[in-house]
Amino acid sequence: MAQPADARLQLETARLTALYGRRAVVKDVSILFPTHTVTALIGPSGCGKTTFLRCLNRMHELSEGGWITGRVLLDGEDIYDPAVDAVRLRRRIGMVFQRPTPFPTMSIFDNVAAGLRVNGGRPKAELDAAVEGALRRAALWDEVKDRLRHSALALSGGQQQRLCVARALAPEPEVLLLDEPTASLDPAGTQHIEELCHELKNRYTIVIVTHNLQQAARISDYTGFFYLGDLVELGRTEELFTKPTKEQTEAYITGRFG
Amino acid sequence: MSARRLRRRLVSGTMTALVAVLSFVAVLALVLILGHLVAKGASSLDWSFFVRNPVPAGQSGGGVANAIVGTVIIVGLAALIGLPIGIGTGLYLAEYGVGRLGWTVRFVADVLNGTPSIVIGIFAWTWLVKPMGTFSALAGSVALAALMVPMIARTTEEMVRLVPHSLREAALALGYPRWRTSLRVIARTAMAGILTGCLVGIARIAGETAPLLFTALGNLNFTTAISQPMQTLSLQIFTYATGPFDEWHRLAWAAALVLMGLVLVLALAARWALRSRHGTAR
Repeated sequence: MAQPADARLQLETARLTALYGRRAVVKDVSILFPTHTVTALIGPSGCGKTTFLRCLNRMHELSEGGWITGRVLLDGEDIYDPAVDAVRLRRRIGMVFQRPTPFPTMSIFDNVAAGLRVNGGRPKAELDAAVEGALRRAALWDEVKDRLRHSALALSGGQQQRLCVARALAPEPEVLLLDEPTASLDPAGTQHIEELCHELKNRYTIVIVTHNLQQAARISDYTGFFYLGDLVELGRTEELFTKPTKEQTEAYITGRFG
Repeated sequence: MSARRLRRRLVSGTMTALVAVLSFVAVLALVLILGHLVAKGASSLDWSFFVRNPVPAGQSGGGVANAIVGTVIIVGLAALIGLPIGIGTGLYLAEYGVGRLGWTVRFVADVLNGTPSIVIGIFAWTWLVKPMGTFSALAGSVALAALMVPMIARTTEEMVRLVPHSLREAALALGYPRWRTSLRVIARTAMAGILTGCLVGIARIAGETAPLLFTALGNLNFTTAISQPMQTLSLQIFTYATGPFDEWHRLAWAAALVLMGLVLVLALAARWALRSRHGTAR
Protein backbone atom coordinates (compact mmCIF):
# COMPACT_ATOMS: atom_id res chain seq x y z
CA MET A 1 0.00 0.00 0.00
CA ALA A 2 1.19 3.47 -0.76
CA GLN A 3 0.56 4.67 2.74
CA PRO A 4 3.25 5.92 5.12
CA ALA A 5 4.25 3.25 7.58
CA ASP A 6 4.86 5.69 10.39
CA ALA A 7 1.41 7.31 10.41
CA ARG A 8 -0.74 6.44 13.40
CA LEU A 9 -3.61 4.19 12.40
CA GLN A 10 -7.05 4.92 13.68
CA LEU A 11 -9.07 2.45 11.72
CA GLU A 12 -8.15 -0.67 9.87
CA THR A 13 -9.96 -3.51 8.15
CA ALA A 14 -8.33 -6.90 7.85
CA ARG A 15 -9.67 -9.29 5.20
CA LEU A 16 -13.15 -7.91 5.66
CA THR A 17 -15.88 -9.75 3.77
CA ALA A 18 -19.46 -8.51 4.03
CA LEU A 19 -22.37 -10.75 3.13
CA TYR A 20 -26.12 -10.72 2.72
CA GLY A 21 -27.10 -14.27 3.53
CA ARG A 22 -24.68 -16.28 1.39
CA ARG A 23 -23.95 -13.53 -1.13
CA ALA A 24 -20.70 -11.66 -0.55
CA VAL A 25 -20.90 -8.01 -1.63
CA VAL A 26 -17.54 -6.96 -0.19
CA LYS A 27 -14.73 -9.47 -0.64
CA ASP A 28 -11.61 -9.75 1.45
CA VAL A 29 -10.88 -6.03 1.77
CA SER A 30 -7.96 -4.75 3.85
CA ILE A 31 -7.52 -1.00 4.18
CA LEU A 32 -5.58 1.16 6.62
CA PHE A 33 -7.06 4.53 7.55
CA PRO A 34 -4.35 6.80 9.04
CA THR A 35 -5.44 9.20 11.77
CA HIS A 36 -6.74 12.58 10.58
CA THR A 37 -6.82 11.81 6.89
CA VAL A 38 -9.61 11.71 4.34
CA THR A 39 -10.06 8.48 2.43
CA ALA A 40 -12.45 8.42 -0.52
CA LEU A 41 -14.07 5.21 -1.75
CA ILE A 42 -15.11 5.29 -5.40
CA GLY A 43 -16.57 2.79 -7.84
CA PRO A 44 -19.67 2.12 -9.92
CA SER A 45 -23.08 1.61 -8.30
CA GLY A 46 -23.45 -1.72 -6.57
CA CYS A 47 -19.70 -2.23 -6.15
CA GLY A 48 -20.00 -2.65 -2.39
CA LYS A 49 -18.47 0.63 -1.25
CA THR A 50 -21.51 1.70 0.80
CA THR A 51 -21.80 -1.76 2.36
CA PHE A 52 -18.10 -1.58 3.24
CA LEU A 53 -18.67 1.79 4.90
CA ARG A 54 -21.59 0.39 6.89
CA CYS A 55 -19.36 -2.37 8.25
CA LEU A 56 -17.13 0.25 9.86
CA ASN A 57 -19.79 1.25 12.42
CA ARG A 58 -21.62 -2.08 12.50
CA MET A 59 -24.67 -0.79 10.66
CA HIS A 60 -24.38 -3.56 8.07
CA GLU A 61 -25.42 -6.20 10.59
CA LEU A 62 -28.75 -4.39 11.05
CA SER A 63 -29.70 -5.03 7.43
CA GLU A 64 -31.63 -8.21 6.83
CA GLY A 65 -29.23 -11.11 6.50
CA GLY A 66 -26.16 -8.90 6.98
CA TRP A 67 -23.02 -10.39 8.50
CA ILE A 68 -19.26 -10.25 8.06
CA THR A 69 -16.07 -12.21 8.29
CA GLY A 70 -12.67 -10.68 8.95
CA ARG A 71 -11.84 -7.89 11.34
CA VAL A 72 -12.33 -4.16 11.78
CA LEU A 73 -9.95 -2.50 14.22
CA LEU A 74 -10.61 0.86 15.86
CA ASP A 75 -7.57 2.07 17.80
CA GLY A 76 -6.30 -1.49 17.67
CA GLU A 77 -9.45 -2.98 19.17
CA ASP A 78 -11.64 -5.38 17.18
CA ILE A 79 -15.07 -3.75 17.03
CA TYR A 80 -16.70 -7.09 16.22
CA ASP A 81 -15.41 -8.64 19.42
CA PRO A 82 -18.39 -10.07 21.34
CA ALA A 83 -17.44 -7.89 24.31
CA VAL A 84 -17.96 -4.70 22.28
CA ASP A 85 -21.36 -3.06 22.57
CA ALA A 86 -22.40 -2.01 19.06
CA VAL A 87 -24.65 0.78 20.37
CA ARG A 88 -21.80 2.36 22.35
CA LEU A 89 -19.40 1.85 19.49
CA ARG A 90 -21.60 3.87 17.13
CA ARG A 91 -21.23 6.85 19.45
CA ARG A 92 -17.51 6.83 18.65
CA ILE A 93 -18.09 6.75 14.89
CA GLY A 94 -20.29 9.43 13.36
CA MET A 95 -22.18 8.80 10.14
CA VAL A 96 -23.88 11.04 7.58
CA PHE A 97 -26.16 9.58 4.95
CA GLN A 98 -26.94 10.25 1.32
CA ARG A 99 -30.10 12.19 2.03
CA PRO A 100 -30.46 14.61 4.93
CA THR A 101 -32.22 12.84 7.81
CA PRO A 102 -33.09 15.46 10.43
CA PHE A 103 -35.51 14.16 13.06
CA PRO A 104 -38.76 15.85 11.97
CA THR A 105 -40.30 16.21 15.44
CA MET A 106 -37.23 17.84 16.96
CA SER A 107 -35.98 21.42 16.84
CA ILE A 108 -32.61 22.33 15.34
CA PHE A 109 -31.10 22.36 18.84
CA ASP A 110 -32.63 19.04 19.83
CA ASN A 111 -31.41 17.42 16.63
CA VAL A 112 -27.82 18.34 17.39
CA ALA A 113 -28.24 17.46 21.07
CA ALA A 114 -29.82 14.08 20.31
CA GLY A 115 -26.56 12.14 20.26
CA LEU A 116 -25.40 13.83 23.47
CA ARG A 117 -28.61 13.19 25.37
CA VAL A 118 -28.64 9.52 24.47
CA ASN A 119 -25.22 9.28 26.08
CA GLY A 120 -26.58 10.34 29.46
CA GLY A 121 -27.68 13.67 30.87
CA ARG A 122 -25.32 16.60 31.29
CA PRO A 123 -25.64 20.15 32.64
CA LYS A 124 -27.51 22.58 30.42
CA ALA A 125 -24.57 24.96 29.99
CA GLU A 126 -22.38 22.10 28.83
CA LEU A 127 -25.05 20.93 26.41
CA ASP A 128 -25.47 24.44 25.00
CA ALA A 129 -21.75 24.77 24.48
CA ALA A 130 -21.47 21.37 22.81
CA VAL A 131 -24.36 22.11 20.44
CA GLU A 132 -22.90 25.49 19.51
CA GLY A 133 -19.48 23.94 18.96
CA ALA A 134 -20.87 21.23 16.70
CA LEU A 135 -22.91 23.73 14.68
CA ARG A 136 -19.85 25.97 14.28
CA ARG A 137 -17.71 23.07 13.08
CA ALA A 138 -20.45 22.21 10.58
CA ALA A 139 -20.42 25.86 9.41
CA LEU A 140 -24.09 26.23 10.20
CA TRP A 141 -24.05 28.26 13.41
CA ASP A 142 -24.37 31.72 11.88
CA GLU A 143 -27.36 30.67 9.80
CA VAL A 144 -29.36 29.07 12.62
CA LYS A 145 -28.24 30.70 15.87
CA ASP A 146 -31.39 32.84 16.04
CA ARG A 147 -33.80 29.98 15.44
CA LEU A 148 -32.44 27.03 17.37
CA ARG A 149 -35.91 26.22 18.67
CA HIS A 150 -37.46 26.07 15.20
CA SER A 151 -38.21 22.83 13.41
CA ALA A 152 -35.27 21.34 11.56
CA LEU A 153 -37.54 20.86 8.56
CA ALA A 154 -37.59 24.62 7.93
CA LEU A 155 -33.97 24.42 6.73
CA SER A 156 -32.94 24.00 3.09
CA GLY A 157 -31.60 20.66 1.88
CA GLY A 158 -27.99 21.82 2.13
CA GLN A 159 -28.53 23.23 5.59
CA GLN A 160 -30.26 20.02 6.68
CA GLN A 161 -27.26 18.02 5.54
CA ARG A 162 -24.88 20.27 7.50
CA LEU A 163 -27.23 19.87 10.46
CA CYS A 164 -26.77 16.12 10.12
CA VAL A 165 -23.00 16.66 10.07
CA ALA A 166 -23.32 18.74 13.24
CA ARG A 167 -25.46 16.03 14.81
CA ALA A 168 -22.82 13.45 13.98
CA LEU A 169 -20.03 15.66 15.34
CA ALA A 170 -21.69 16.66 18.62
CA PRO A 171 -20.86 13.44 20.53
CA GLU A 172 -17.16 13.98 19.60
CA PRO A 173 -16.62 10.86 17.51
CA GLU A 174 -13.14 9.78 16.43
CA VAL A 175 -14.14 8.75 12.94
CA LEU A 176 -16.64 10.31 10.53
CA LEU A 177 -18.26 8.18 7.84
CA LEU A 178 -19.86 10.04 4.95
CA ASP A 179 -22.06 8.06 2.56
CA GLU A 180 -22.39 10.17 -0.59
CA PRO A 181 -23.17 13.20 1.54
CA THR A 182 -23.59 15.55 -1.42
CA ALA A 183 -25.65 13.25 -3.67
CA SER A 184 -28.85 15.19 -3.07
CA LEU A 185 -27.36 18.68 -2.80
CA ASP A 186 -26.96 21.52 -5.29
CA PRO A 187 -23.46 22.82 -6.22
CA ALA A 188 -23.41 25.40 -3.43
CA GLY A 189 -24.38 22.83 -0.81
CA THR A 190 -21.81 20.42 -2.22
CA GLN A 191 -19.06 23.01 -1.97
CA HIS A 192 -20.01 23.70 1.65
CA ILE A 193 -19.70 20.03 2.58
CA GLU A 194 -16.40 19.66 0.72
CA GLU A 195 -14.90 22.64 2.51
CA LEU A 196 -16.09 21.07 5.75
CA CYS A 197 -14.14 17.91 4.99
CA HIS A 198 -10.98 19.94 4.67
CA GLU A 199 -11.45 21.59 8.03
CA LEU A 200 -12.75 18.55 9.86
CA LYS A 201 -9.83 16.32 9.02
CA ASN A 202 -7.73 18.19 11.54
CA ARG A 203 -9.83 16.57 14.21
CA TYR A 204 -11.40 13.49 12.70
CA THR A 205 -10.50 10.56 10.52
CA ILE A 206 -12.87 10.72 7.57
CA VAL A 207 -14.05 8.02 5.19
CA ILE A 208 -16.23 9.25 2.35
CA VAL A 209 -18.11 7.26 -0.27
CA THR A 210 -18.71 9.24 -3.43
CA HIS A 211 -19.85 8.84 -7.01
CA ASN A 212 -18.20 12.07 -7.94
CA LEU A 213 -14.60 11.50 -9.05
CA GLN A 214 -13.72 15.19 -9.05
CA GLN A 215 -14.95 15.33 -5.47
CA ALA A 216 -12.74 12.42 -4.46
CA ALA A 217 -9.77 14.09 -6.19
CA ARG A 218 -10.48 17.44 -4.51
CA ILE A 219 -10.94 16.41 -0.90
CA SER A 220 -9.22 13.11 -0.17
CA ASP A 221 -5.69 12.11 0.77
CA TYR A 222 -6.22 8.48 -0.19
CA THR A 223 -8.60 6.91 -2.67
CA GLY A 224 -9.79 3.34 -2.92
CA PHE A 225 -11.42 1.96 -6.06
CA PHE A 226 -14.03 -0.76 -5.58
CA TYR A 227 -15.35 -2.98 -8.34
CA LEU A 228 -17.76 -5.90 -7.90
CA GLY A 229 -16.98 -6.14 -4.21
CA ASP A 230 -13.20 -6.16 -4.61
CA LEU A 231 -10.86 -3.39 -3.61
CA VAL A 232 -9.08 -3.06 -6.94
CA GLU A 233 -6.63 -0.35 -6.02
CA LEU A 234 -5.83 1.91 -3.11
CA GLY A 235 -3.31 4.72 -3.07
CA ARG A 236 -2.53 8.36 -2.55
CA THR A 237 -5.23 10.26 -4.33
CA GLU A 238 -2.99 12.19 -6.73
CA GLU A 239 -1.19 9.00 -7.70
CA LEU A 240 -4.34 6.97 -8.20
CA PHE A 241 -5.84 9.59 -10.44
CA THR A 242 -2.69 10.32 -12.46
CA LYS A 243 -0.86 6.99 -12.56
CA PRO A 244 -3.28 4.19 -11.75
CA THR A 245 -1.55 0.81 -11.69
CA LYS A 246 -4.56 -1.30 -12.60
CA GLU A 247 -6.25 -1.26 -15.95
CA GLN A 248 -9.75 -1.34 -14.42
CA THR A 249 -9.00 1.74 -12.33
CA GLU A 250 -7.79 3.63 -15.36
CA ALA A 251 -10.84 2.60 -17.35
CA TYR A 252 -13.14 3.84 -14.58
CA ILE A 253 -11.49 7.17 -13.87
CA THR A 254 -11.24 7.97 -17.56
CA GLY A 255 -14.95 7.28 -17.90
CA ARG A 256 -14.78 4.18 -20.07
CA PHE A 257 -17.24 2.32 -17.83
CA GLY A 258 -19.29 2.72 -14.65
CA MET B 1 -55.45 10.20 -34.81
CA SER B 2 -58.27 12.59 -34.09
CA ALA B 3 -60.69 9.70 -33.66
CA ARG B 4 -58.45 8.42 -30.95
CA ARG B 5 -58.37 11.79 -29.31
CA LEU B 6 -62.13 12.02 -29.43
CA ARG B 7 -62.45 8.59 -27.87
CA ARG B 8 -60.02 9.53 -25.15
CA ARG B 9 -61.93 12.69 -24.37
CA LEU B 10 -65.21 10.82 -24.33
CA VAL B 11 -63.93 8.16 -21.92
CA SER B 12 -62.36 10.80 -19.70
CA GLY B 13 -65.54 12.86 -19.63
CA THR B 14 -67.75 9.86 -18.88
CA MET B 15 -65.54 8.65 -16.04
CA THR B 16 -65.31 12.11 -14.50
CA ALA B 17 -69.08 12.43 -14.58
CA LEU B 18 -69.47 8.95 -13.11
CA VAL B 19 -67.21 9.54 -10.11
CA ALA B 20 -68.86 12.93 -9.56
CA VAL B 21 -72.30 11.28 -9.39
CA LEU B 22 -71.01 8.55 -7.04
CA SER B 23 -69.41 11.10 -4.71
CA PHE B 24 -72.65 13.04 -4.74
CA VAL B 25 -74.59 9.92 -3.69
CA ALA B 26 -72.15 9.28 -0.85
CA VAL B 27 -72.36 12.84 0.43
CA LEU B 28 -76.12 12.90 -0.09
CA ALA B 29 -76.59 9.99 2.31
CA LEU B 30 -74.64 11.82 4.99
CA VAL B 31 -76.49 15.08 4.43
CA LEU B 32 -79.88 13.32 4.52
CA ILE B 33 -79.07 11.57 7.80
CA LEU B 34 -77.72 14.71 9.43
CA GLY B 35 -80.59 16.84 8.10
CA HIS B 36 -83.19 14.36 9.30
CA LEU B 37 -81.56 14.19 12.73
CA VAL B 38 -81.51 17.95 13.07
CA ALA B 39 -85.10 18.29 11.83
CA LYS B 40 -86.42 15.67 14.23
CA GLY B 41 -84.18 16.21 17.21
CA ALA B 42 -83.13 19.85 17.38
CA SER B 43 -86.50 21.07 18.68
CA SER B 44 -86.19 18.82 21.75
CA LEU B 45 -82.75 20.10 22.68
CA ASP B 46 -82.89 22.49 25.57
CA TRP B 47 -80.97 22.94 28.78
CA SER B 48 -83.09 20.48 30.76
CA PHE B 49 -82.46 17.78 28.15
CA PHE B 50 -78.78 17.88 29.07
CA VAL B 51 -79.06 18.25 32.86
CA ARG B 52 -82.15 16.19 33.80
CA ASN B 53 -82.54 12.46 34.15
CA PRO B 54 -85.28 10.44 32.43
CA VAL B 55 -88.78 10.62 33.90
CA PRO B 56 -91.09 7.58 34.21
CA ALA B 57 -92.88 6.44 31.08
CA GLY B 58 -96.06 8.37 30.36
CA GLN B 59 -94.79 11.66 31.72
CA SER B 60 -93.38 14.20 29.31
CA GLY B 61 -90.04 16.02 29.61
CA GLY B 62 -86.92 14.68 31.22
CA GLY B 63 -83.42 14.48 29.82
CA VAL B 64 -80.48 12.23 29.22
CA ALA B 65 -77.94 13.57 31.73
CA ASN B 66 -77.36 10.05 33.03
CA ALA B 67 -76.72 8.73 29.51
CA ILE B 68 -74.30 11.52 28.60
CA VAL B 69 -72.27 11.02 31.78
CA GLY B 70 -72.51 7.24 31.30
CA THR B 71 -71.22 7.49 27.74
CA VAL B 72 -68.26 9.60 28.84
CA ILE B 73 -67.41 7.21 31.70
CA ILE B 74 -67.80 3.96 29.75
CA VAL B 75 -66.05 5.22 26.61
CA GLY B 76 -63.36 6.95 28.68
CA LEU B 77 -62.65 3.81 30.66
CA ALA B 78 -62.63 1.74 27.46
CA ALA B 79 -60.07 4.16 25.96
CA LEU B 80 -57.99 3.97 29.13
CA ILE B 81 -57.87 0.19 28.84
CA GLY B 82 -57.79 -0.13 25.07
CA LEU B 83 -55.43 2.61 23.88
CA PRO B 84 -52.25 1.52 25.73
CA ILE B 85 -52.77 -2.10 24.70
CA GLY B 86 -53.62 -1.15 21.13
CA ILE B 87 -50.75 1.30 20.67
CA GLY B 88 -48.31 -1.07 22.35
CA THR B 89 -49.40 -3.93 20.11
CA GLY B 90 -49.13 -1.72 17.03
CA LEU B 91 -45.61 -0.62 17.95
CA TYR B 92 -44.62 -4.21 18.56
CA LEU B 93 -46.04 -5.33 15.21
CA ALA B 94 -44.30 -2.56 13.28
CA GLU B 95 -40.95 -2.76 15.03
CA TYR B 96 -40.51 -6.40 16.00
CA GLY B 97 -43.45 -8.12 14.35
CA VAL B 98 -41.60 -10.39 11.98
CA GLY B 99 -41.72 -14.15 12.15
CA ARG B 100 -44.42 -16.42 13.51
CA LEU B 101 -45.46 -14.46 16.57
CA GLY B 102 -45.88 -11.25 14.59
CA TRP B 103 -47.85 -13.06 11.93
CA THR B 104 -50.10 -14.64 14.56
CA VAL B 105 -50.78 -11.39 16.39
CA ARG B 106 -51.56 -9.65 13.09
CA PHE B 107 -53.90 -12.46 12.06
CA VAL B 108 -55.74 -12.43 15.40
CA ALA B 109 -56.09 -8.65 15.20
CA ASP B 110 -57.57 -8.88 11.71
CA VAL B 111 -60.03 -11.58 12.77
CA LEU B 112 -61.03 -9.56 15.85
CA ASN B 113 -61.46 -6.53 13.63
CA GLY B 114 -63.99 -8.43 11.57
CA THR B 115 -65.82 -9.94 14.54
CA PRO B 116 -69.37 -8.62 14.91
CA SER B 117 -69.52 -6.41 17.99
CA ILE B 118 -72.43 -8.37 19.44
CA VAL B 119 -70.19 -11.45 19.61
CA ILE B 120 -67.66 -9.46 21.63
CA GLY B 121 -70.57 -8.50 23.90
CA ILE B 122 -71.48 -12.14 24.45
CA PHE B 123 -67.91 -12.92 25.45
CA ALA B 124 -67.84 -10.01 27.87
CA TRP B 125 -71.09 -11.30 29.36
CA THR B 126 -69.70 -14.82 29.74
CA TRP B 127 -66.40 -13.79 31.26
CA LEU B 128 -67.31 -10.71 33.29
CA VAL B 129 -71.05 -10.27 33.89
CA LYS B 130 -71.69 -13.88 34.82
CA PRO B 131 -68.78 -14.36 37.25
CA MET B 132 -69.40 -10.92 38.81
CA GLY B 133 -73.10 -11.66 39.14
CA THR B 134 -74.18 -8.23 37.87
CA PHE B 135 -74.27 -6.10 34.77
CA SER B 136 -71.79 -3.27 35.07
CA ALA B 137 -70.27 -0.29 33.32
CA LEU B 138 -66.88 -1.93 33.75
CA ALA B 139 -67.96 -4.96 31.72
CA GLY B 140 -69.22 -2.59 29.03
CA SER B 141 -65.92 -0.75 28.97
CA VAL B 142 -63.98 -3.98 28.65
CA ALA B 143 -66.20 -5.07 25.74
CA LEU B 144 -65.66 -1.75 23.98
CA ALA B 145 -61.91 -1.87 24.70
CA ALA B 146 -61.76 -5.31 23.10
CA LEU B 147 -63.41 -3.84 20.01
CA MET B 148 -60.93 -1.02 19.98
CA VAL B 149 -57.62 -2.81 20.49
CA PRO B 150 -57.31 -4.49 17.08
CA MET B 151 -58.40 -1.29 15.33
CA ILE B 152 -55.84 0.85 17.16
CA ALA B 153 -53.12 -1.77 16.80
CA ARG B 154 -53.47 -1.96 13.04
CA THR B 155 -53.62 1.82 12.48
CA THR B 156 -50.64 2.35 14.78
CA GLU B 157 -48.70 -0.27 12.85
CA GLU B 158 -49.55 1.39 9.53
CA MET B 159 -48.56 4.82 10.81
CA VAL B 160 -45.24 3.60 12.22
CA ARG B 161 -44.48 1.85 8.94
CA LEU B 162 -44.90 5.17 7.13
CA VAL B 163 -41.90 6.61 8.96
CA PRO B 164 -38.97 6.48 6.52
CA HIS B 165 -36.36 3.81 7.16
CA SER B 166 -33.61 6.41 6.82
CA LEU B 167 -34.77 8.06 10.04
CA ARG B 168 -34.38 4.82 11.96
CA GLU B 169 -30.88 4.33 10.55
CA ALA B 170 -29.93 7.90 11.44
CA ALA B 171 -30.90 7.29 15.07
CA LEU B 172 -29.15 3.94 15.26
CA ALA B 173 -25.97 5.36 13.69
CA LEU B 174 -26.03 8.03 16.38
CA GLY B 175 -25.79 5.36 19.05
CA TYR B 176 -29.46 5.11 19.98
CA PRO B 177 -30.42 1.74 21.45
CA ARG B 178 -33.17 0.08 19.51
CA TRP B 179 -35.96 0.63 22.05
CA ARG B 180 -35.07 4.29 22.31
CA THR B 181 -35.11 4.64 18.53
CA SER B 182 -38.60 3.16 18.51
CA LEU B 183 -39.95 5.48 21.20
CA ARG B 184 -38.05 8.75 20.79
CA VAL B 185 -37.77 8.90 17.03
CA ILE B 186 -40.14 6.51 15.29
CA ALA B 187 -43.19 6.70 17.57
CA ARG B 188 -42.83 10.45 17.97
CA THR B 189 -42.68 10.98 14.23
CA ALA B 190 -45.76 8.80 13.74
CA MET B 191 -47.56 10.43 16.68
CA ALA B 192 -49.99 12.55 14.66
CA GLY B 193 -51.18 9.53 12.71
CA ILE B 194 -51.44 7.36 15.83
CA LEU B 195 -53.43 10.06 17.62
CA THR B 196 -55.81 10.33 14.69
CA GLY B 197 -56.27 6.57 14.74
CA CYS B 198 -57.08 6.72 18.45
CA LEU B 199 -59.69 9.46 18.03
CA VAL B 200 -61.31 7.64 15.13
CA GLY B 201 -61.34 4.47 17.24
CA ILE B 202 -62.97 6.28 20.17
CA ALA B 203 -65.56 7.78 17.83
CA ARG B 204 -66.29 4.31 16.47
CA ILE B 205 -66.96 2.73 19.88
CA ALA B 206 -68.90 5.74 21.20
CA GLY B 207 -71.80 4.74 18.99
CA GLU B 208 -71.68 1.00 19.71
CA THR B 209 -74.85 -0.47 21.18
CA ALA B 210 -74.78 -4.23 20.72
CA PRO B 211 -71.88 -5.08 23.03
CA LEU B 212 -73.39 -2.91 25.76
CA LEU B 213 -76.80 -4.60 25.71
CA PHE B 214 -75.68 -7.45 27.94
CA THR B 215 -72.82 -5.75 29.73
CA ALA B 216 -73.62 -2.18 30.79
CA LEU B 217 -77.33 -2.99 30.32
CA GLY B 218 -78.62 0.55 30.80
CA ASN B 219 -79.96 2.38 33.81
CA LEU B 220 -82.77 4.91 34.14
CA ASN B 221 -81.09 6.52 37.13
CA PHE B 222 -78.02 8.64 37.33
CA THR B 223 -74.95 6.73 38.51
CA THR B 224 -71.19 7.02 38.33
CA ALA B 225 -70.44 3.65 39.96
CA ILE B 226 -68.67 1.49 37.39
CA SER B 227 -69.64 -1.69 39.23
CA GLN B 228 -73.31 -0.91 38.51
CA PRO B 229 -75.38 -1.01 35.33
CA MET B 230 -75.02 2.30 33.52
CA GLN B 231 -76.84 4.13 30.77
CA THR B 232 -75.22 5.32 27.56
CA LEU B 233 -76.62 7.45 24.75
CA SER B 234 -76.64 4.50 22.37
CA LEU B 235 -78.56 2.31 24.85
CA GLN B 236 -80.96 5.16 25.56
CA ILE B 237 -81.63 5.60 21.85
CA PHE B 238 -82.22 1.87 21.51
CA THR B 239 -84.69 1.81 24.41
CA TYR B 240 -86.56 4.94 23.40
CA ALA B 241 -86.67 4.25 19.67
CA THR B 242 -88.08 0.76 20.15
CA GLY B 243 -90.55 1.85 22.84
CA PRO B 244 -94.26 2.50 22.27
CA PHE B 245 -94.51 6.21 23.25
CA ASP B 246 -94.30 9.23 20.96
CA GLU B 247 -92.56 11.12 23.74
CA TRP B 248 -89.81 8.46 23.78
CA HIS B 249 -89.40 8.67 20.01
CA ARG B 250 -88.96 12.41 20.30
CA LEU B 251 -86.26 11.96 22.96
CA ALA B 252 -84.56 9.25 20.91
CA TRP B 253 -84.13 11.66 18.00
CA ALA B 254 -82.68 14.29 20.31
CA ALA B 255 -80.29 11.77 21.92
CA ALA B 256 -79.20 10.59 18.46
CA LEU B 257 -78.39 14.17 17.54
CA VAL B 258 -76.31 14.60 20.70
CA LEU B 259 -74.41 11.37 20.02
CA MET B 260 -73.77 12.42 16.43
CA GLY B 261 -72.50 15.77 17.71
CA LEU B 262 -70.09 14.03 20.11
CA VAL B 263 -68.68 11.88 17.32
CA LEU B 264 -68.39 14.91 15.06
CA VAL B 265 -66.40 16.78 17.69
CA LEU B 266 -64.02 13.81 18.01
CA ALA B 267 -63.60 13.62 14.24
CA LEU B 268 -62.83 17.33 14.08
CA ALA B 269 -60.34 16.95 16.91
CA ALA B 270 -58.65 14.18 14.93
CA ARG B 271 -58.39 16.46 11.90
CA TRP B 272 -56.98 19.24 14.00
CA ALA B 273 -54.42 16.98 15.67
CA LEU B 274 -53.21 15.85 12.27
CA ARG B 275 -52.79 19.37 10.96
CA SER B 276 -50.95 20.83 13.91
CA ARG B 277 -47.23 20.72 14.49
CA HIS B 278 -46.47 17.14 13.42
CA GLY B 279 -47.88 17.70 9.94
CA THR B 280 -45.01 15.78 8.39
CA ALA B 281 -45.92 12.36 9.65
CA ARG B 282 -47.66 11.43 6.45
